[in-house]
Amino acid sequence: MESSPDVAVVGAGVVGAAVALAAARRGLSVVVLDRGPVAGGTTGAGEGNLLVSDKEPGPELDLALLSLRLWAEVSDHVVSATGGGFEFEPKGGLVVSADTAALPALHDLAARQRATGVDAIEVRATDLRTHEPHLAPDLAGGVLYPQDSQVQPMLAAARMLQAARRLGARIRTREAVTGFLRSGDRVVGVRTASGDVAAGAVVNAAGTWSGEVAALAGIELPILPRRGVILVTQPLPPMIRHKVYAAEYVADVASDDAGLESSAVVEGTRAGTVLVGASRERVGFRREMPLPVVRRLAAQAVRLFPVLADVSLLRSYAGFRPYCPDHLPVVGADPRAPGLLHACGHEGAGVGLATGTGHLLAQVLAGVEPDLDLRPFRPERFAEVTV
Amino acid sequence: MSSFEFDGSPVPFAEGQTVGAALWAHGIRSWRTTRFAGSPRGLFCGIGVCFDCLVEIEGRPDRRACLEPAAENLDVRTQIGAGRADHQV
Repeated sequence: MESSPDVAVVGAGVVGAAVALAAARRGLSVVVLDRGPVAGGTTGAGEGNLLVSDKEPGPELDLALLSLRLWAEVSDHVVSATGGGFEFEPKGGLVVSADTAALPALHDLAARQRATGVDAIEVRATDLRTHEPHLAPDLAGGVLYPQDSQVQPMLAAARMLQAARRLGARIRTREAVTGFLRSGDRVVGVRTASGDVAAGAVVNAAGTWSGEVAALAGIELPILPRRGVILVTQPLPPMIRHKVYAAEYVADVASDDAGLESSAVVEGTRAGTVLVGASRERVGFRREMPLPVVRRLAAQAVRLFPVLADVSLLRSYAGFRPYCPDHLPVVGADPRAPGLLHACGHEGAGVGLATGTGHLLAQVLAGVEPDLDLRPFRPERFAEVTV
Repeated sequence: MSSFEFDGSPVPFAEGQTVGAALWAHGIRSWRTTRFAGSPRGLFCGIGVCFDCLVEIEGRPDRRACLEPAAENLDVRTQIGAGRADHQV
């Protein structure tokens, strides 16, 4: 009989992996449980964006900046612990606008971001193509964000879990959590199909399905799916240096509209394919591939990069981003169920925010004051009545 | 019999055959080299899904040989690595 671990993490996506590794590096014993494989949910259906550029100053941007610093450190750690990395590339982001009228808002956002420690460099229309030679010649201007970075998200989750295992963590995939073990109010472990797993604390990192996991503990967590479609081109020679996206993307991310929104985010990958995101629709967990979305994203990508008009799509895929009503993630201990902590609801930024989330939760688990104020991310905020 | 040109040599084809099928029937199994290792590639899935059989046709790279109908005097050439090297930045 193995002794019960300090922490049981529910979810083997990038957030669960980051929590597991951060906790293991603090000397905690960890078990990770997932009903499917590693990175089988939203992590496996994303782009691997580590963006500061698309965030308004505030708690999410603070978490993104912390996470970015940690991604570089975690990449180094993982490479030395496992012998392999996850394609971490601090390639920079370039936000562009086709509309001169939209530039003041873009520059204003950049100025406010700069005040919080983001590198944001205004780029005049005439200079855009020195940064991205294939950009359309008629764009109005843009802002360069050197800190924006990229990882291969499935590799990142797998490598972080591998590094956690080197520190003694156990990874149990294809093992669904079916309930919680309680001692009075307190959560003292999870129930799975193959038996009970007692643990000092349980972390809910089940992504878009975190609301269902929380419900097993009698906790309400309003996390809902927002479907995103991503297009993958055939492999190409390196043609696009940065993450390039239209300024409208920022508005889409923050939007509460249930209908289809899309604005192209275009980036090359190490494999040579070009990824084109990012649509957002609230259609529940519907898996079918909507052709109008594919068409619209492709047209928006070609608007930015006319050279893509002649390129074939290899495939497209859809994923479900876990969003909360206030577009902030849920990170921290849940006072409604002592022993239960959450690390979920990161919407489309879960990869980018994973390392910071893991770091902060590991601090909480280890009884250390977290580096960021977790109150904006507190799990019980949705139930509070504003007076 | 009708024929098209593959790297300057005639390849016969039957009406309705694809470029890929005609190349195979003529004993040619590879018409592309991979981007990094320079390994030979030809038909893999043969049904337009895998993008392994890319070839240059009439000066246009990245054409799928398994989908392109053969046509009289078509200029088909081996594709070396990424088909759009001139676009590299």
